[in-house]
Amino acid sequence: MQRNGVYRIGTGAGFSADRLDPAVDLVARGNLDAIVFECLGERTLAFAYRDRAADPARGYTPLLERRMRAILPAAFERGVRVITNMGAANAPRAAALTRDIARDIGLRGLRVAYVEGDDVSDCVDAQTPLWEGTTIGGVGRSFIGAHAYLGAEALMPALESKAEVIITGRVADPSLFVAPLRHHFGWSGEDWEVLGAGTLVGHLMECAGQLTGGYFADPGYKDVADLAHLGFPIAEVRADGSAFIGKLEATGGVVDARTVREQLLYEVHDPSCYRTPDVSADFSRVRIDTVAPDRVSVAGAGGAPAPESYKLTVAFDGGYLAEAGISYAGPGAQRRAELAGRIVDERMRMVHGSNAPLRIDVIGAASLHATARRYHDDAEDVRLRCAQRASSTGEAELLLWEVESLLCCGPAGGGGYRGSITPSVITYSASLPRDRVTVRTEVLEA
Amino acid sequence: MSRTVALREIAHARAGDKGNCSNVCVFVYDPAHYAAVAAQLTGARLEQDLGALLRGSITRYELPEHNGFNFVMSNALEGGVNESLNLDGHGKSWSSLILGLDVELEDPG
Repeated sequence: MQRNGVYRIGTGAGFSADRLDPAVDLVARGNLDAIVFECLGERTLAFAYRDRAADPARGYTPLLERRMRAILPAAFERGVRVITNMGAANAPRAAALTRDIARDIGLRGLRVAYVEGDDVSDCVDAQTPLWEGTTIGGVGRSFIGAHAYLGAEALMPALESKAEVIITGRVADPSLFVAPLRHHFGWSGEDWEVLGAGTLVGHLMECAGQLTGGYFADPGYKDVADLAHLGFPIAEVRADGSAFIGKLEATGGVVDARTVREQLLYEVHDPSCYRTPDVSADFSRVRIDTVAPDRVSVAGAGGAPAPESYKLTVAFDGGYLAEAGISYAGPGAQRRAELAGRIVDERMRMVHGSNAPLRIDVIGAASLHATARRYHDDAEDVRLRCAQRASSTGEAELLLWEVESLLCCGPAGGGGYRGSITPSVITYSASLPRDRVTVRTEVLEA
Repeated sequence: MSRTVALREIAHARAGDKGNCSNVCVFVYDPAHYAAVAAQLTGARLEQDLGALLRGSITRYELPEHNGFNFVMSNALEGGVNESLNLDGHGKSWSSLILGLDVELEDPG
């Protein structure tokens, strides 16, 4: 254990659909100790539970095989540890598949550890209270599953095992970074200051390109070079948890005080109390200094004891989202689209007896902000968008049918009809005492 | 003399979501503008101007050492990403919604 060295950790993915090539580049050129792939959101996990219910061999992140085939050879050769929540609802199967891939590409001896215990569906019942103010039974929807956000502690046995690849399900995103730092530097699980500092690193890093110029560019105001080849971030972390943030040479994007500040508060509420299973981190006195081009120093995070219980995400069947659209352009386009919207609204209520909320936007005039802002009154290239929730595909098809029928029965010049029906999952939050959760670790060898 | 500018001319912002709660952090580029923004871009101002969309209470956290503010807005996502019928269920564009608000600046000239 090198207490005085710098630990180099990169982010290979910040969400399930993130790009692959920046991770391949990081593994090849980053001189990394570890790379983290954060691929699990509230929605993706809920869908993974549903996938697993339909087929016990599924329920892990869909891009797992592509990602593993692309990065494992170089990661194994260079000793870069891979840490990921790509296990989603089925870490054992994800680990077995990863072992099989390693064998297939000749990486004999590669060890894959998986961590279980986040699925706490059996620990809740209809009386379990939800943060939203009701109970699981009171939601009135079919229960899919409940999963706990585990912390860095859950990864410690896997890290001790020397496995080159560690696969988890639901773990708090920053904890995927805190765990290897804690293991490497020998941090105590009750050293709140240093865990707060490590959580700052994890929080900044967890969204990958959002730290290096993604989700940032605003031409003429915040210009970013070469977003087509956005480089993903590297943190060089010291034993006290302070770090330099940077990216590889010859990659697109930018790392400076502006990108780091925006990410500092991303999805944060009270900056002085950012709660994870590891610590209640204090980001209110963080120092952010640009020390060189694409190199920023971060330090000064603090910490207080971790929350006493785990946060749960509880998922319910949300039925189906029906969306349908048709476009209008040229003189009077906005008024024709608005007329079309009124026709759909009337027919859904009067002909089909639908009383579910129906959203009608005119994209190009007022859509995302339509409830607060109407940007145009006479736009000449617009798209009508109708959206509604339905309890069955048959009910969802009614909206698509009504919008498509506008082609012949609606206003002049409507074209480009498209419709889609998407199964949906609704999630709420709950708490669970820590002692109700049992973590288990297994190691497979290729 | 004062002049009216869109917030976007003097500040940048990023939006995030948790459930039906949105947060938007706003940072002024020039520390000289911090006081004017602090005085005018209040939670009450957002509730008044954008209340049809930002329907719940709004808490503002101040980070003067970063020239920034964090607005935490409950009931601000028309149900949240898994329930909203808004095409932007995450409220990713709420940052630009707020950057479109006007602020008055004292004219240095």
